[in-house]
Amino acid sequence: MAAHAAAHDEQVHATSAKYIQIAVVLFALTALEVLLYEACFGHLKASMPGLAAALGPYFVQLLLILSAFKFWLVAMFYMHLKFDMKVLSWVFGFSLLIAAVVILALIALFTYNRTLWWFTGKW
Amino acid sequence: MPTPHNTEAAAPMTTAVLDHHDAPAHEEHHTSLPIDNRKLAIWTFIGSECLFFASLISTFLVYRGQSLKGPGPKDIFSVPLVTFGTGILLFSSFFVVMALNGAQEGNRKKLITWLSLTVLSGCFFVGMQVYEFSHFYHEGLGYTTNLFSSSFYTLTGFHGTHVAIGTLWLATVLKDAIKGRVPKEKALNLELAALYWHFVDVVWIIIFPVVYLMSLGS
Repeated sequence: MAAHAAAHDEQVHATSAKYIQIAVVLFALTALEVLLYEACFGHLKASMPGLAAALGPYFVQLLLILSAFKFWLVAMFYMHLKFDMKVLSWVFGFSLLIAAVVILALIALFTYNRTLWWFTGKW
Repeated sequence: MPTPHNTEAAAPMTTAVLDHHDAPAHEEHHTSLPIDNRKLAIWTFIGSECLFFASLISTFLVYRGQSLKGPGPKDIFSVPLVTFGTGILLFSSFFVVMALNGAQEGNRKKLITWLSLTVLSGCFFVGMQVYEFSHFYHEGLGYTTNLFSSSFYTLTGFHGTHVAIGTLWLATVLKDAIKGRVPKEKALNLELAALYWHFVDVVWIIIFPVVYLMSLGS
């Protein structure tokens, strides 16, 4: 009971100003994602061919990094994982780990099957 | 079958349970962990939802570029519309966290204002998705048109359903807040709905670049 009360007391969440800062960062990162697409493949490609050539090969990696950072910001501050008990971070982190394994395993399996089909002419 | 001994033992227990339910602050659930059961339950549920969306996202990825006929992503996707919807959903996460802040401070006006904005944002996002789907359908992209359409509609459709459920959940909390049934002590009721809402938002944070931008950029 005392531990329960202590845990509640420890839950000092971020202030409104911090939430506003995070909202602005999230919005800026989304704008950056769209700008990246426009620079590499969209309307800005013709006006900035050098930038498109430099960023184009890393387009997917850059998008994944930006979205991973946005994901981390929402989970840590808006979902309060930074301030809540560690057990919740473990529950969520473990689920994300299994989810990543599922995605990678399915991609690997299908890529392997397609390669097999390509060489042998059958699945 | 209850023995006389058991009946005698059960009587004070029943009284205790009734007393517990009559207590005004029925928020504290005594558990062996120093955390509320409902909060642990929603996080476990969110964990299972991660696996659900992981399987849908990986299905979309493995079928990417495998369609034998169009229309494809480049023929139909509209980046400005989806970017606007993404912005609305991101801001709705900010709105709900501000509403929760109001609930925890016991500030009813702040709670109702920000929660109303969140519900409106949810309605807007669902409306945007309905418009998008109907537009795609009229462009010739039915559910069974090709591999892209099936995997796209399944993934984004399930996400849209989650948004709709989240909006309904938040609307019920808003109704309670308007009636004055969400005092400071019951802020957890909103926190649980807010956690679900943030999860729906983080799933879209993945879907937006992976489904829309990467499909257009490939």
